[in-house]
Amino acid sequence: MIRGKYLLPNGRVLRYSFHERMIHWTAAVSYLYLLLSGLAFWSPWLFWIAIVLGGGTVARELHPWFGVIFSVAVCLMYGMWSKQMKETPADKSWWASIGHYIRNEDDKMPPADRFNPGQKFLFWGFFVNGILLLVTGLILWLPQYIPWNLRILRLISIFLHPVSALFTIALFIIHVYMGTAMERGAFGSVIRGDVSRAWADHHHHSWFQQVLREEDSPAKSSGD
Amino acid sequence: MSQASTEIVRISGHAGTVPGAGLNREYEVCKLVDTTTCIGCKACEVACLEWNGYTFTETTFDNTYQTMPETAWNYWNLIKFNEHENEDGNLMLLMRKDQCMHCADPGCLAACPADAAIVQYANGIVDFQEANCIGCGYCMTGCPFNIPKFSPKARKVFKCTLCNDRVSQGLEPACIKTCPTGCLHFGTKAEMKELAGMRAQQLRENSGYRNAGVYDPSGVGGTHVIYVLHDATNPEAYGGLPKNPQVPLMVRLWKHPLKWIGNFGIIFGAVGVFIHYLRFGPKIVKEDEQHGGTQ
Repeated sequence: MIRGKYLLPNGRVLRYSFHERMIHWTAAVSYLYLLLSGLAFWSPWLFWIAIVLGGGTVARELHPWFGVIFSVAVCLMYGMWSKQMKETPADKSWWASIGHYIRNEDDKMPPADRFNPGQKFLFWGFFVNGILLLVTGLILWLPQYIPWNLRILRLISIFLHPVSALFTIALFIIHVYMGTAMERGAFGSVIRGDVSRAWADHHHHSWFQQVLREEDSPAKSSGD
Repeated sequence: MSQASTEIVRISGHAGTVPGAGLNREYEVCKLVDTTTCIGCKACEVACLEWNGYTFTETTFDNTYQTMPETAWNYWNLIKFNEHENEDGNLMLLMRKDQCMHCADPGCLAACPADAAIVQYANGIVDFQEANCIGCGYCMTGCPFNIPKFSPKARKVFKCTLCNDRVSQGLEPACIKTCPTGCLHFGTKAEMKELAGMRAQQLRENSGYRNAGVYDPSGVGGTHVIYVLHDATNPEAYGGLPKNPQVPLMVRLWKHPLKWIGNFGIIFGAVGVFIHYLRFGPKIVKEDEQHGGTQ
């Protein structure tokens, strides 16, 4: 970490750089389009979404292109976050006390690093399912190029694509809920990029301590 | 037949009831293809192009008499030519007119996500409505007969209509109209089944084709195009006619268990997080003095 990079002059802590926020929102906007157009194709009862999006044909043409944008964003996320998302031995104790986390008894939680194990799970869930969605999506994009004797690929894709999508929807619901309603301050961190010192200390204690250590400032003593 | 022949029974990707289903008495129509009297003249291929207004396209030569390897988006009717050595060691040239089978349980319709892009009429015809087609190609995967074909120009999928436009006006399909040998017949499903059964019996008893039979596969609920085959035990020999065609398992799994599990999961998730909020509320971090200092 570069000195002075994280502790901002306004007394707040930089949580996500501009680069990270841009990639996050590229993925988020493209995912939202994929989700809505995908739901339109998922159930006849939701086909009206395709009409709202400009008609079924338009939605079918654009869905794969948004998929390409989303895939690129996920790859960039892998590049910038995969190291920080690695599982550590401490994660086990975090998962063991997940009940406290759910009941908002955060003082009973082990300290989290820059990303807590739940966030790591979200990241890897989106990464693995993103790859599955990309591979099956390419087959569904251009079925006319998959010959009849390789039809099994199209059949697997027609089933696996919605299965993977459903896993991402589960992650998405929890992610959006936690990022907007449940964890106050989290949404601002991915919009403006910064959080208060108290927030950083509360939610990502280990990370905040590291920031303080590396920035080598008098704040060292104020932590905890 | 009157306009009532276009009474709809099933609509793809459709929420709610199907308008008009079961209101009228309706005969199921059927095309009978007697492969044993086909001479491979391809008049049906030409008639199909002429009636449907498609131009002749480039053919593919593959050392057989067949026009192209498989049907195309603008070539719905194709006679498949297959050299086949039978049990006695005699060579037979099997000729089978390939086209949409108009299944009673259509895999294309099951897989289609677009509202009313595929309709099944009470007379058995399964027709694509290109105006509603979104070009996803799921029908191509749902079909067990490799019939729907994607048009790169229109970016929509096309196939044989069983001349729905003719049939609804009381005419027989163009291919039937033109067949010079009488190997093609058109009528009600019951009549055609009876005729096909008689012909198969004749072949078994008088022509030495012990395995002659009728191809009306039950895996897709029966079809509205049926075949008389010299050897009904080996339909694959007739240019890959599947022995037991079915709506693919993957399509069924996706449309039935997965859809219900998925819908339940999505609603459970959305309601779940809402209840969590009501019960536990947000995580609010207090801005204490310890962290409020100017650094």
